[in-house]
Amino acid sequence: MQQFTPQQFTLTIQSGKNRFGEQEGFESIEIRPGDTLSIVGPTGSGKSALINDIENLAQGDSVTGRRILINGEEPPESFVREPAFKPISLITQNTRCLADLSVEAFMLMHIRARRPGREDLLDETINLANTFTGEEISLKSRMSGLSGGQTRALMIADALVIGDTPILLLDEIENAGIFKDRVIQSLQGGNKAVILVTHDPYLALTASRRIVMKHGGVSSVIEPTGQEQHLIEDLAIVEDRLHQIREKIRMGAAFSSGSSKVLMTAAAQGLQFNRV
Amino acid sequence: MKLLIIAGPPSGGKTAVIRQVIKNLPEGSLPAFLKIDVVHATEDQELAEEFDIPVKKIYSGDVCPDHMGILVLDDALHWAESISRNILIIESAGLCLRCTPYTTYSLGIAVVSAISGTNSPFKMAPLLALADVAVVTKTDLVSQAEKEVFRESIRKVVPNIDIVETNAIQGTGLRYLMRRIADQPDIGPEPIVLRGAPPLGVCTICIGKKEIGWKNHFGVIRPLDMPEPLYRGD
Repeated sequence: MQQFTPQQFTLTIQSGKNRFGEQEGFESIEIRPGDTLSIVGPTGSGKSALINDIENLAQGDSVTGRRILINGEEPPESFVREPAFKPISLITQNTRCLADLSVEAFMLMHIRARRPGREDLLDETINLANTFTGEEISLKSRMSGLSGGQTRALMIADALVIGDTPILLLDEIENAGIFKDRVIQSLQGGNKAVILVTHDPYLALTASRRIVMKHGGVSSVIEPTGQEQHLIEDLAIVEDRLHQIREKIRMGAAFSSGSSKVLMTAAAQGLQFNRV
Repeated sequence: MKLLIIAGPPSGGKTAVIRQVIKNLPEGSLPAFLKIDVVHATEDQELAEEFDIPVKKIYSGDVCPDHMGILVLDDALHWAESISRNILIIESAGLCLRCTPYTTYSLGIAVVSAISGTNSPFKMAPLLALADVAVVTKTDLVSQAEKEVFRESIRKVVPNIDIVETNAIQGTGLRYLMRRIADQPDIGPEPIVLRGAPPLGVCTICIGKKEIGWKNHFGVIRPLDMPEPLYRGD
């Protein structure tokens, strides 16, 4: 059913226009397996519209007028319209599922749409989702009863296991209280191209390219030259510290006046052996 | 004359889809619009102002709006013809969803919202089953997986229906619908009849007489330009 060996896969974004009708700040962006791109910009600047153009494989028919090519050509219609052939998985910002189904029934229907005959993927999907979330999701849970974080965790696992597409689009995964680092680790396996909309400085800077949005269009594409490496390392320490404090708070901790320093040191040490 | 019949539950996005359709019609298209509703509708005025096209509206009151639509369709086609229009767009109110307002020679478009619940396609099976295209709206409000599960649910009801997914406010994905509309042939020479039989046995339409136009029916009937329905029969 999966018709691509990832090696031969290239996705090209051809530029369109921003809200003021001005040409975007690039000609075309080529994305290959293993690439990570972050999309940054203020709210309303067109970040979600960009990943929606990619998901819909727009052909000049969206408000931006962008065209999305696969292997240099206009993709066949089935890539857009038939989930079983679609080379793109999108994890939207929606943290609610409205489907009135059990997790099991929902996932089985999605397997029928994406990977007919692969019902064996059900358990793998749930198990992966449960590594992202603190409170376990069971097969008998109702989709509409899952929390925002559980829904998001399940959708990410669904995209990785059931979708298993060469391209993954993620819209602000940091906002749902899931274990972000474990998600990122899972994304990096499997030679996929990952494009993520983010407000998170660490995620934004660690991507191999950074797309900057303004007024509904791309204003520039930044290719890091290594000069940001020092900043990334600093951020990693801050991230770790935040992660530890966050987890302690979530587990019910209270803090005394000296705990800030202790945590800072712990985070710096933790970096060497325990980045989760 | 091309005939587009657009049906679906209230608040599913029918009018948003129609706006996009009118905006993107092939060159040379001269649309006219008929809205059929129960007691209240403003779509006709909105579309007339926005696109400067001829519109008509009919309220069905106590009568089923699809029943009303069947009765006035013949007159509406003559009306559109008489003002030199070449495409008539009919928006049905969509009440119980057991009826199917689609006719021969029309492009039947069922508009359903992606947020209406996974089982909703089963509940409106006839409305979908006899349509040519199912337009799924509000797909921006659900996850990709949920959109695909909803699609699967429609496919279970009608395995081969053409499914077009859209955020109709933005118009994403509607290129496939516009292609269907561009390819839709004009109305042919045979009498226009309904594709399916509505389920209630209380009038000649409901018992399976499929001719359009009030002249062909008994029971509660209504010509387009008559303010009230009237009863014809014994």
